[in-house]
Amino acid sequence: MDLIAEGLRKAFELIVSMDREVLGITWLSLKVSGIATLISVGIGISLGMIIALTSFPGKKIVISAINTGMGLPPVVVGLFVTVFLWRNGPFGFLDLLYTPSAMIIAQVIIATPIVMGLSVAALQNLPPKLRLQILSLGATRWQMVWIMIREARLPFMAAVMAGFGGVISEIGASIMVGGNIRGYSRVLTTATVMETGRGNFDVAFALSIILLLLVFSVNYLFTMIQQRERPR
Amino acid sequence: MLFRKSPDFALVLFLILISGALSVTPAQQKKSIILATTTSTEDSGLLDVLIPVFERSSGYIVKTISVGSGQALKMGEKGEADVLLSHSPDAERRLVERGFAINRRVVMHNDFVIVGPSADPAGIRNSGSAAEAFSSIARQKALFYSRSDSSGTHALEMKLWQSAGVNPEGEPWYRQTGLGMGQTLNVTAEKKGYTLSDRGTYLSLKRTLGLDTLFEGDPQLLNIYHVMEVNPARWPGVNHTGAKAFADFMVSKEAQKIIRTFGVEKFGSALFFPDAGRKDMERF
Repeated sequence: MDLIAEGLRKAFELIVSMDREVLGITWLSLKVSGIATLISVGIGISLGMIIALTSFPGKKIVISAINTGMGLPPVVVGLFVTVFLWRNGPFGFLDLLYTPSAMIIAQVIIATPIVMGLSVAALQNLPPKLRLQILSLGATRWQMVWIMIREARLPFMAAVMAGFGGVISEIGASIMVGGNIRGYSRVLTTATVMETGRGNFDVAFALSIILLLLVFSVNYLFTMIQQRERPR
Repeated sequence: MLFRKSPDFALVLFLILISGALSVTPAQQKKSIILATTTSTEDSGLLDVLIPVFERSSGYIVKTISVGSGQALKMGEKGEADVLLSHSPDAERRLVERGFAINRRVVMHNDFVIVGPSADPAGIRNSGSAAEAFSSIARQKALFYSRSDSSGTHALEMKLWQSAGVNPEGEPWYRQTGLGMGQTLNVTAEKKGYTLSDRGTYLSLKRTLGLDTLFEGDPQLLNIYHVMEVNPARWPGVNHTGAKAFADFMVSKEAQKIIRTFGVEKFGSALFFPDAGRKDMERF
């Protein structure tokens, strides 16, 4: 009980005093996971759309593969990205290992299947005749796509939130490809593990609370957008 | 036209974001050094004090990757790090002999301690040697937590079991955490077991642990840290200038003075003892 009270007190203290280091860590978490989410939304929704709206041989296999990717373990992604980005690995010349960019790459790989899988499901959930109806009313192909996106915006926003939630809370990949370097690639999750290892449970607890608050605020924002013009 | 009415937002957005992702990394990439080191230097907080001093005076950015000594040395062997700071003398010497690392220099030492619950169920307090303490633990089947992560601490622990003539592998009282020193100490405290720890990490965590130092002082328990540069002849990609600058800094008067005083204020005693240039340490 002491620890919880102490942790809450410390969290409050760190937030109120605007501790520079904690602020930096929080901002980096938001930046890395935010950019990773945006990129995976770009890839996930566009590819998800193509997969959902076209038919091709092996479509079910592709969708199963995406759905499997939704549960991709971050450590596995971390290990693969590390091996590829090693100095003496295939992409070593980019000199990206142990940088925030490497963390973004890993998080994009984690979030993209989540966004894509949920997007495919969202589009397939629309009435199958809707597409024919839109086209028969004289819409162009692009207008049809746009209307479909608008129709499925609620589940799309859910996909974005799931993707963001998946990467902001992940640690396995971030610590491996980012290296938890102070003031450079240290994010809330990796800092929490490190402080726990150092026996600074109060700080670790405070960081967890800040992480929860951050995730809540971002999701609150997304939910506001999602629910803004709810169809009556 | 089609595209004017509904441009492919996703594609445009995607391109912008990719460029955004790449721009997050500061341009001073070339001036960074990768330091592979053991968890004990990071967990004790020593590097948090030393590295900013070095960065200010040299202009390099140090990327500290803190892993077990085993992994740190492996990173050096594969050319994935520029400079190594570790405490696994036998393995370090092998790395130098095989030509992967050069310029191995002693930086500092402290010692290992055997810690455990104050009740001391295995009665190791008055053991004559570390090996004797280990064999008492094995005889009493008292819980022992091993790092088991090929770290320097783990390497010494294996050596001590060997001199005690015990093979703990697979014994129910011998638990392997696979974690860093800090976390292993936490687990040991929670389960009231014994473990081998470097004094630095133990002291920095002591207040939350509730574990006592039960055995110390055996010369076998000396814990020596060396700095080495990854051999640029073996791996031309390494930043050798930066690595050398960092290694030189670690044995400089300035760094040695910081090491001598580190922790005195917070823990009442120093966590590390500076050794740079000491001839009598050469045998390690």
